[in-house]
Amino acid sequence: MILVVLPSHLKTLAQVSGDVRLEVQDGATLRSVLDALEARFPMLRGTIRDQVTLERRPFLRFFACEEDLSLASPDAPLPDAVASGKEPFFIIGAIAGG
Amino acid sequence: MSGVRVLVGTRKGAFVLTADGKRERWEVSGPHFAGWELYHVKGSPADPNRLYASQSTGWFGQLIQRSNDGGKSWEPVGNKFVYDGIPGTHKWYDGTPHPWEFKRVWHLEPSLTDPDTVYAGVEDAALFRSTDGAHTWEEVSGLRKHGTGPSWQPGAGGMCLHTIILDPSHPDRMYIAISAAGAFRTDDGGKTWKPINHGLHSQYIPDPDAEVGHCVHHLAMHRSRPEVLFMQKHWDVMRSDNAGDLWREVSGNLPTDFGFAIDVHAHEPETIYVVPIKSDSEHFPPDGKLRVFRSKTGGNEWEALTKGLPQHDCYVNVLRDAMAVDTLDSCGVYFGTTGGQVYASPNHGENWAPIVRDLPAVLSVEVQTLT
Repeated sequence: MILVVLPSHLKTLAQVSGDVRLEVQDGATLRSVLDALEARFPMLRGTIRDQVTLERRPFLRFFACEEDLSLASPDAPLPDAVASGKEPFFIIGAIAGG
Repeated sequence: MSGVRVLVGTRKGAFVLTADGKRERWEVSGPHFAGWELYHVKGSPADPNRLYASQSTGWFGQLIQRSNDGGKSWEPVGNKFVYDGIPGTHKWYDGTPHPWEFKRVWHLEPSLTDPDTVYAGVEDAALFRSTDGAHTWEEVSGLRKHGTGPSWQPGAGGMCLHTIILDPSHPDRMYIAISAAGAFRTDDGGKTWKPINHGLHSQYIPDPDAEVGHCVHHLAMHRSRPEVLFMQKHWDVMRSDNAGDLWREVSGNLPTDFGFAIDVHAHEPETIYVVPIKSDSEHFPPDGKLRVFRSKTGGNEWEALTKGLPQHDCYVNVLRDAMAVDTLDSCGVYFGTTGGQVYASPNHGENWAPIVRDLPAVLSVEVQTLT
């Protein structure tokens, strides 16, 4: 079970109040986690990655285990601690404002 | 009991303002989609409870929201906008070729007859159509591919298709406008298009009388005379009496003919409204006075409408989609400002009062007349 932390705007859009727990088949990778997330919440399609190219939207980043995984291969295995649900997988919107 | 519903898109959400036919007491609902940019919200003429909204941010991209109950509840629908074929290039600001890239939906225009059919004008400029209630979108690619597309160039706000007008008497006729390509017309339901910019004169482009390249800010039409069009160009207020085949300037005695918004009285097809803005480098009203100008002669002769509007120290802008009229017996006129005010006049511009004063910057205003 993967624990996914969404930015607040996407929580509102997906109508979830807390973090999301996802069952991922055949190993946890960026691609499989995002596929599972979009399958469960179709309204998130296009908000995290392009619907055609599947490229990450430029103002979003993927963090886990104190690492920036944004530029990792979509098919590279996520850290074991993420795959086991021990550590969350963060989808982060670029900080703007100050 | 008649009433009106004003649909307001802002930089930080959508608002729905409602009143009865007197238009004196208003209820404000919102923000809907708080924190997102709402470029446009518009209702279906065929089913007033069917609303479409364009919701976007730089972070999360484009969403389309749909309401089936007049804005009480919403559901996200289709947001996959894919150009037909290999989109190729248009001109960038410096004149070099630049790939066509989808950025956002500027304008949603529901069909006059079918609540499930809706058009979307997007940046980079293209027209999309949905016939299933906005679940899926298909490009009306005859426009982008008609021949001049590679020479289109963005205006300061981006290369946006911002105006869509459906002709009520010719179902296959449609007008659109693009900054900064110009105005275009189809007479066959979108299969083929022609530029309709003859008579426009723009000194800021290499050939001031070019077929395309004009920064058309907005078009307006009265449904009883669909061959008569009014245009607020970057500079110049223009008029065409032959469906855009030829334009003539009707700026007349306006204090400045720069501006964005233009609209037509609901019952008087020769009465038109604009909000003059000082210049393209100073996007606020001349002399700090917020004035709507009305012409009852289809242009050239203009009168300032000021009662109830700030006449000193006002430095807001009124954007292209931020003016609308209702169709009650005494035509109501509405506009929103980048300062967050939405002003209403229940008596065709004679007197104005703010419905709300402190919204986020207003991007669009549409009005539904409810019976």
